[in-house]
Parts: sequence; C-alpha cells; structure tokens
Amino acid sequence: MASTETTVDNGVNVEALLEAREALSEAPEAAKFTWRASCKWVNGTHSNSTVEGFFGLGEEQKHRTTFTFDADHPEIFASEDNGATPVELVLVGLASCLTAGVAAVAQNREIQLRSVTATLEAGMDIQGILGMDKDVRNGFDGINVHFDIDADASAEDIKALVAQSQKRSAVFDIVTNPTNVTVEVN
Amino acid sequence: MRPQGAGPIRTTTTVVIGAGHAGLAMSRCLADRAIDHVVLERGEVANSWKTERWDSLRLLTPNWQSRLPGFGYEGEDPDGFRTMPEIIDFLDRYARVISAPVQTDTTVTSVRADDGGYAVRTGRGDWRCSSVVLATGACNIARVPDVAEAVPAGIATLTAMDYRNPEQLEDGGVLIVGASATGTQLADEIQRSGRPVTLAVGEHIRAPRVYRGRDIEWWMDVAGILDERYDEVDDIVRARRVPSLQLAGSPERSTLDLNALTSIGVQLVGRLVGIGDGKAQFSGSLRNQCALSDLKMNRMLDTIDEWATENGLDDEVEAPHRLPPTEVEDSPPLGMDLTGGAINTIIWATGYRPDFSWLEVPVFDRKGQVRHDGGVVDSPGMYLMGMQFLRRRKSALIDGAGDDARDLSDHLAAYLDGRRTGAPN
Repeated sequence: MASTETTVDNGVNVEALLEAREALSEAPEAAKFTWRASCKWVNGTHSNSTVEGFFGLGEEQKHRTTFTFDADHPEIFASEDNGATPVELVLVGLASCLTAGVAAVAQNREIQLRSVTATLEAGMDIQGILGMDKDVRNGFDGINVHFDIDADASAEDIKALVAQSQKRSAVFDIVTNPTNVTVEVN
Repeated sequence: MRPQGAGPIRTTTTVVIGAGHAGLAMSRCLADRAIDHVVLERGEVANSWKTERWDSLRLLTPNWQSRLPGFGYEGEDPDGFRTMPEIIDFLDRYARVISAPVQTDTTVTSVRADDGGYAVRTGRGDWRCSSVVLATGACNIARVPDVAEAVPAGIATLTAMDYRNPEQLEDGGVLIVGASATGTQLADEIQRSGRPVTLAVGEHIRAPRVYRGRDIEWWMDVAGILDERYDEVDDIVRARRVPSLQLAGSPERSTLDLNALTSIGVQLVGRLVGIGDGKAQFSGSLRNQCALSDLKMNRMLDTIDEWATENGLDDEVEAPHRLPPTEVEDSPPLGMDLTGGAINTIIWATGYRPDFSWLEVPVFDRKGQVRHDGGVVDSPGMYLMGMQFLRRRKSALIDGAGDDARDLSDHLAAYLDGRRTGAPN
C-alpha cells in the first residue's frame, strides 16, 4: 500500500461507515433494521409500490422523499406494460446492491472508479408460472451478472472488488439463500 | 505424576490449565523465570491429539516447524508430517525433557476470583494461585449449525471430532458440511473408500502444499507472514475468524484443493443453508466463494513472490506459477433429497470452539468469547494461549506457542513483581 495521501473519491463516505460499524459493535441492538414496502393493485397486472419509512438505529426513519415503482407485464402477456416486470425489479435490486458494494469496497481499498456498468441476464422457463410442468420452477433458473469496470487498479484487484461486493451484499444473500416468507391476509 | 486425592487446598504461584503444546511451552517459560507452577491436565499430555482426532490425520505443518522453547525436531525427515502417534510422542518427550510439573487425570471444574488471586477447583483437590494460564485450546467442542436439528430420521450424523475412519460409516453417500482443512481431508478419504461424497462449500482458504519447490509453511515462515502481529492487522476480529488453510500433511506433499476433490468424483455444492421437508438447500454462492478463495490465494503468492525477489531468492527456487482456477460446474445443485437414500451420513466439519464453561470469572464478551488483549485476559493475572491469531498469525500452530509463551510469561512475571512491590498494574 502506498503511504501517500489518497485523493480517491467514489462519493462513498467510508469513514462514516467505519465509524457506524464501530459504534454498532458497542450497541448491536441499533443494528436491527426493518425495511418496508407497500403495494397497491391498479388494474390488470399493473401495480404501484411505495417505499417511504423504515426502522433502524433504534427509531423510525424516513427516506428524503417517497419513492414509487410501477410494475406490470409486457404486451405479449396480454398486459399493458405500465412498468417493469417484478422479476426485472429483482434484477434491479441485485444489480444496484452489487454496484453500491463495488463503490464502497473500492473507496475502502483506495481504488478510484471511473465507470461501472452491470449487465444482468436471468433465464426463466415460463412453463413454471403457467403451471404447465410441475418439474419447472417458477423462478429464475440462474442469474448472470456481467460487470464492466474502468478503474485505477489491476484486473485482479477489480475482480477482488466484485467478489467482495458479492460477499457483503444483502440482495445477493437474499437471492442465493432461502428466506422464510410469511404471508397473511386480514 | 503421582495421583493425589482431594485434600487440603494447595498453593502455587501459577496454575496452567491444559498440557498440550501451549501449556507445556508456557510451563517451560515459567520455569525459566523460576515461577512456581503446576500444569493441570484433564487426561494425559496431548489428550486432544490422543482422543479427539481421526486416525489418518497428520499435522498440517512440517516436522521442522514444531519449534517449542528448548525443543525441536531432530529426525531425518524435516519436511515430513507427523502422524497422530508421532505428535503424541513428540509432546510426551517435550513434557519429560522440560520436567513439566504436570498433574494428569485432573479435570478443572471451576476457576473463580478469590482474594486477589484465583481459586481453581478440580476433581482432585483445590488450588490457590496468583495467576492462571488458560491453555485448554481452541477446539474443545465441534460446532454444529442450527440446521442439524432438521436432519431427517434415518440419516446418521457425526462431527469431525467423532469421526475416526471410513469403516465407521455406513455404505452409501456422505454429505460433508464444511471445506476447510478438516472437510477436504475427510472428503478425500471417504470418497476413496467408495462412499460418494457431496461437499458443501462455504468460505474457505485455498493454498498449494508446495510452492516454487518449498512448503507453503516455509514461505509463510521466512516471509514473516506467520509472525504478523495481532495489533498490526487491519481487522483482528475478522483475522481471528478466518478458516484454516485447506492443507493436508501427506507423504506425497500433494495439494488437496477443491479441484483435486472434483477430479476423484466429489460433488461440490454451495454452503448448506437450510433443511426443509427432508430436502437440503445449498447456497447459490459457490462460484463466488471459490473466486474469493482463488483471489486470496493469489494475493498471498504475490506477497511471497515479492519477498523472494527482494531477498534475492529467485535463482534458488523454482519459477513463480499459479494454480488453475477452481472449477465450478455451470449449475451446481441447489438442493438434495435427504430421504431418497442417496445420503446415509452427514458429517459436520464446520469448525470448533473452546469450552470455558468452568471459567467463573466475568471475562466473556457478548458472543461468549474471552476478552483479551493479545492473550492478556481482562482479569488481572489471567492469560490465554493457543487461540487463532491470539498474538500472531501463527498463534494456533504448535510453532506459535513459543513466542506467545515468552511474551505472556514476561507479562505474567511483571504482574507478579507488581503484586509483590505493591505497584499498580
């Protein structure tokens, strides 16, 4: 590691993150977060989801603004295509989580990023969701993520960024490992 | 040692608990400093090696590397790896050579703070002392993940601590959970016994046994990697959690990595993350686990190459080389039916943890681990030995016990001096 002063700036405040980590190791209860989303049916397969509040650091928190997301299905599914399909939103979640991780890890490792582009592809046999073949699962049969990264670092170091980002990614964990899901109706 | 019955409370300056390599190294250092002490051992010298290891295990470090204070290897095979009987013999001889005051068959049942010192209760009488050294080791209890509770009836489960040899297992498939040194060695031996092995792979550290013609431990030793101190690494909490290198000590000095296991037919799957409805679920992160491990290994080899060049060794050793990347099939299985007869046995090779259930002094953090600063426990006069990265990267190795014992016995001697002269600590 060079001992010269760093001017690397990926827009990530790593010091604040490291301070938070230090503080949370003293008060692990504050590390317990709850994330929320709500979703309203509009018409057909079109729905509108809202993300606003969440819980963390021991109290209710709010996003700076309310974010909304339209989801629908394309016209070849006889839908109106008012938004991305829910499975595409899953890819968006994975891509943005890994990309944020790349930036944070790069900052921590003092690597200046110039550009980062992730391209994702996921295969799916829709015989599953159409109930045509019980041996075919509903979800993806696999996800491929391709990163194009331009940065002041060796090819090995860039690979290590991407690998570390996967290791610390919440969405990567959510899609690669099972999670208990409880659905209730009132 | 002559067995003694429970009698009057005996007094000594320091009680060392555990007569493995760490406790014996400390005993030697205390003797050098003329500190009166006793080494209490629940069984015999090298008890864990005698009773808690599988038959074919050899030490992961070469013979020359077991350097204890005042003792080392003098045989004709410095690059070989000790079998279990050889390790036991080595430690027995060490105990004799240094005349360690070991009291065998003495199980410590409690240690309590008492009148500025400690009261040590055993199955064979009680002791009072000014200081205590905890040298019972890092591997007293096999860790078993919570999913073990969901294993369907009819499947035999055992830990690496219970495992002795393949003949102990039923015929048929074996799922081994964990791919560090233990899991990979068991996978190799059991697959070769004709029982098809599925190996669930989480975080692991790959390493070549021999690099540029020299043992990897030789490189890590000469390049100072093993001497790296606990107060010099970026994140000591993480460094202490890093799994053991995927190494085996075999007469052939061969590398036992995942590629070697795949080549003999072992099926690799991701980390075991759940068991539900009789089905095991494996993580989809196998590819990244292997990528991380390959990257980590290559970084270590880069460090070694740089050191070799800086120290003018390039002409003396073979040229640098890299192992082929770990092969992972395109779509490793994400699940496995545990009720269909494909798997008859599950072996947990998911690590070990120490047992301090007898330590009745408030020195534990919220994760139940002993709070210490490089082995100096957060209770005056108490010391810890033999833990992963206790003071140095090599602390858990036999070869790491000497330097740690020297440092900690210095601290201990200063502590005793302070008590005598009344100086604050």
